[in-house]
Amino acid sequence: MGIVIKLAALGVIAVLAAYAANMAHDVAYMVNALTVFIVAVGLFIYTIKRSDLPNRMPNGDGAPAEGYMDGVVRYGVIATALWGVVGFLAGVYIAFQLAFPELNLGFSFTSFGRLRPLHTSAVIFAFGGNALLATSFYVVQRTSAARLWGGNLAWFVFWGYQLTIVLAATSYVLGGSQGKEYAELPWHVDLWLTVVWVAYLAVFLGTLIKRKEPHIYVANWFYLSFIVTVAMLHVVNNLALPVSVFGSASYSAFSGVQDAMTQWWYGHNAVGFFLTAGFLGMMYYFVPKQAERPVYSYKLSIVHFWALIFLYIWAGPHHLHYTALPEWASTLGMVFSIILWMPSWGGMINGLMTLSGAWDKLRTDPIIRMMVVSIGFYGMSTFEGPMMSIKAVNSLSHYTDWTIGHVHSGALGWNGMITFGALYFLVPRLWNRERLYSLSLVNWHFWLATIGIVLYAASMWVTGIMEGLMWREYDDQGFLVNSFADTVAAKFPMYLVRGFGGVLFLAGAIIMCFNLYQTIRGRLRDERMPTAAAVAAE
Amino acid sequence: METYSLLRQIADSWVLLAMFVFFLGVLAWAFRPGSRKIHDDIAQIPLRNDSPRE
Repeated sequence: MGIVIKLAALGVIAVLAAYAANMAHDVAYMVNALTVFIVAVGLFIYTIKRSDLPNRMPNGDGAPAEGYMDGVVRYGVIATALWGVVGFLAGVYIAFQLAFPELNLGFSFTSFGRLRPLHTSAVIFAFGGNALLATSFYVVQRTSAARLWGGNLAWFVFWGYQLTIVLAATSYVLGGSQGKEYAELPWHVDLWLTVVWVAYLAVFLGTLIKRKEPHIYVANWFYLSFIVTVAMLHVVNNLALPVSVFGSASYSAFSGVQDAMTQWWYGHNAVGFFLTAGFLGMMYYFVPKQAERPVYSYKLSIVHFWALIFLYIWAGPHHLHYTALPEWASTLGMVFSIILWMPSWGGMINGLMTLSGAWDKLRTDPIIRMMVVSIGFYGMSTFEGPMMSIKAVNSLSHYTDWTIGHVHSGALGWNGMITFGALYFLVPRLWNRERLYSLSLVNWHFWLATIGIVLYAASMWVTGIMEGLMWREYDDQGFLVNSFADTVAAKFPMYLVRGFGGVLFLAGAIIMCFNLYQTIRGRLRDERMPTAAAVAAE
Repeated sequence: METYSLLRQIADSWVLLAMFVFFLGVLAWAFRPGSRKIHDDIAQIPLRNDSPRE
């Protein structure tokens, strides 16, 4: 009976999608509709083919429904690594487009304006989002001592999220963006993501509710705040009226400065809850695990969690200094951004001090080194951010490449490195391997990524401050000294350095994929393992 | 009074006070006597549970 309803539903979806593709007003919408049509037809055939296989759980590995549910985590780990490479590659390509505009190739779908949202969404939502999905499913089970709630709902969340990414990517390239930064999804994909996200919340909360531990471990507090807040931000910021049910275009429910403020309330809290709270959840599980010691101060984790939650939500207006936004709102955003420095560093101190008494692991364990550098970059970018939110500093830094550098020291340094550390931790455990294929390749990845980030951030500081100063330079007659094109020309060498830094970071990620692939295949590279006893203290 | 001013007034008086008191309550709760033992136990959660408990 259940299978009949499922087939009927898939059939209806396929027919509706085909109809929508036929009626589509724009190419982006048509391709989205065709994608949904193909997925629905594929699932229809898949469901029929499996209908004569009773009692087999579609776990990916055919495992019975006992123990922790790790099939979906395995898929999430692979998706994270692959989307990471796609996102970094897109970033490197558009970095070189800025240095060599010929790389726009003259097509609308390879132009910077279309590939830029593809890059940001691929790294934040595809790479970061899959990392959060996979690790949250892994962590919530281990810290609750309970299997994931909801059976195959976790699989729906995973595949539903991948579908969102594919719909988004094809839509952006074909011009379907709604033009809100980090929220470019057209209205129909927004609706789909909302469904997936509610299912995600249900799986996570359901697992927490049936936990066997009396207390909810702090990592889960961070993950939960990330899931709940992102749901709220996504729904409010994307309130819009479609022009037609058969087109990508829609109009926001807000207008003027209200729309801008809603967008940056969303935008900054995407940073605060997606890229900070969620990844702090990762830090609070994987750093203690890899260091084999409990978190430095549990009290500090409680205090900085609540401080972070209460402060972050107000920081958005610092994106709109010196605009039509009222002065009081701008000042409020600045003040809260500066206070936010404290809880951010609370998290950094807690992460770093977890290693106190085990600092020797920094020499022998490249995974711990990755995590420590990640926490270091977290501390650095959460100091830089509050400083840039000060109006006087912002008048120099805003609209310059300094902002881009700041974002990347946070994203590549903090989010990237903690994710790499988590992936290296997870893969041998998820596939029951004795260890990683090669620790010296982890070392290569570590140095390539670190040098890449340093080149990226340093070149963007130089070019950002330079162009900020050039824009505000007056001569003794009161005329602007530099034209905009002068600043573009002056930035060329820094753009090359930035692009090269990106190439190094991408190379590191490709090495990681090779290393993880060999680990999954069960290969072990014969190499001398660094041990704590290898070098005697002098 | 139009909606904006009304909401603004509620937000920067009672709601502000309520959130601040909630936050102080969190601090007081975290530092309550006897919490150290509980927190030490919670901090050990990641280091156990390699398989689910019945």
